[in-house]
Amino acid sequence: MNGDVEMNEKQRYITLDLGGAPMTPWCRFKRVVKRTFRIELFIGLWVTIREMFKTLFMGKSHTTKYPFEKMPISSRYRAIHDMLRLLESGHYRCIGCGLCEKICISNCIAMETRYDENQRKEVSGYTINFGRCIFCGYCAEVCPELAIVHGARYETASEQRASFSLFEDMLTPIDKLKEQKEFEGYGAPSPWADKNIKKTPLAY
Amino acid sequence: MDPLILGTIIKIVLVLAIVSALAGFGTYLERKVLAYMQRRIGPAHVGPFGLLQIVADGIKLLTKEDIIPQNANRFIFMIAPAVTAATAFIALSAVPLFPTFTIPEYFPLVGGAIVPSTISDISIGILFLLGVMGSGLYGPLLAGMAQANKWGILGSARTAVQFLSYEVITGLSLLAPIMLVGSLSLIDFNNTQIGGVGSWIIWQQPVAFVLFLIAGFAETNRTPFDLLEHEAEIVSGYATEYSGMRWGMFFIGEYANMITISLMASIIFVGGYAPLGFIPGWIAILLKVTFFFFLMLWVRASWPHVRPDQLMWFCWKVLMPIAVINVVITGIVVMI
Repeated sequence: MNGDVEMNEKQRYITLDLGGAPMTPWCRFKRVVKRTFRIELFIGLWVTIREMFKTLFMGKSHTTKYPFEKMPISSRYRAIHDMLRLLESGHYRCIGCGLCEKICISNCIAMETRYDENQRKEVSGYTINFGRCIFCGYCAEVCPELAIVHGARYETASEQRASFSLFEDMLTPIDKLKEQKEFEGYGAPSPWADKNIKKTPLAY
Repeated sequence: MDPLILGTIIKIVLVLAIVSALAGFGTYLERKVLAYMQRRIGPAHVGPFGLLQIVADGIKLLTKEDIIPQNANRFIFMIAPAVTAATAFIALSAVPLFPTFTIPEYFPLVGGAIVPSTISDISIGILFLLGVMGSGLYGPLLAGMAQANKWGILGSARTAVQFLSYEVITGLSLLAPIMLVGSLSLIDFNNTQIGGVGSWIIWQQPVAFVLFLIAGFAETNRTPFDLLEHEAEIVSGYATEYSGMRWGMFFIGEYANMITISLMASIIFVGGYAPLGFIPGWIAILLKVTFFFFLMLWVRASWPHVRPDQLMWFCWKVLMPIAVINVVITGIVVMI
């Protein structure tokens, strides 16, 4: 109990000067007159009209027309998986090692492989059941080839509980290979992270 | 048929149709203006600039189920929205909307007729307006009392308190201009301010103008005094149990009231439909009404609500003494 009091004394709170409540009728009258003739109400009007002109003519609107425009998401976000391709040959990066299937803690990845004519391992079947997937990110973390990564598609609503995604659906389309983005890695800061840094308010 | 009666009927139909449509358009304007002031863009997807949002809202309101609560007084519950809308439109019947104009000769049958742009030019226009606006109290009051809902009762209690109190301010604030002009007819008011900006009554009666605006905001239930249906406190006040087009009629009534108050403020204080320099009279009054309408939206975006006790305190301890003093000083000046 005593310790609490000492703590509060040590913290040294700053009390704001609010002027105190008026005690006499004359003080109350003065407060009414002061509030009436201070121009604060008109400052409020000015602020709103300024924002209106900014939005109308300077394009300072904060609206994102959601289904048509999307906010960029952080590279830390774990959305629907993408299968990346090699940039040089255009072949998919997956080497069929099966590590992602092994580590998947909700058993949602199913993988079938076989040897092709060059005795190279080829993925003959690969599905992820997004009804089971918990988006933990282990598969992407364990992948030695950076083949399976988390992409930017975060709308995961579906018509049925078990919604399988095929390898071909997740694979970067061959004609969009140039637009394929390299995975930044977990813990990578967002590209706009510098803009979000603000001073900590230390006054209080 | 007597041309006067026929003309009046045509004007009634026109005013009803146009002001109802304007009420719908008012909701669109309000959403757009509020959105811009809050750095949003408002309705934008339905039609060009989101203009067809009004139609979508109208279809939604008309096709919604019309729910009447079990313990409600059915008859009063059903007619209360009609009372609100009716009083709002009846008030418009005595307001001159535009200058008197002549129908061009090339129109068949009616070409060359001189048309006064008021439905009925009664010599006691202001008194009639105040009376009808006073009876506008009954819509929310009956609606709240009939719906067997606590929030409705609270809403109608606030209606009675707020509307009755601010009737006094409206009346007293208009008394001083009436003393100056010496007439209760809105057309006489307009004719005394025919000589440009300098002859506007606002310069002689700035206090009355501010008082009338404040009271007008309270009587149309606009934001600083938006206590009848303040969502945060009493859900939706008198309109809690209403749905569908009955609720829509409250809305139309509210917007028609806003238009009426804007028209009154324009005609009584800032020159009405007198031509303004090179601007013809009918455009001048449209601009003025639009400004006052915009002012209501602007204030809604800027200022917070007041508490009910502050509302009463403000009315009886601040506005009424100022209004009385204003009337007394005007009387002395007129006498000298």
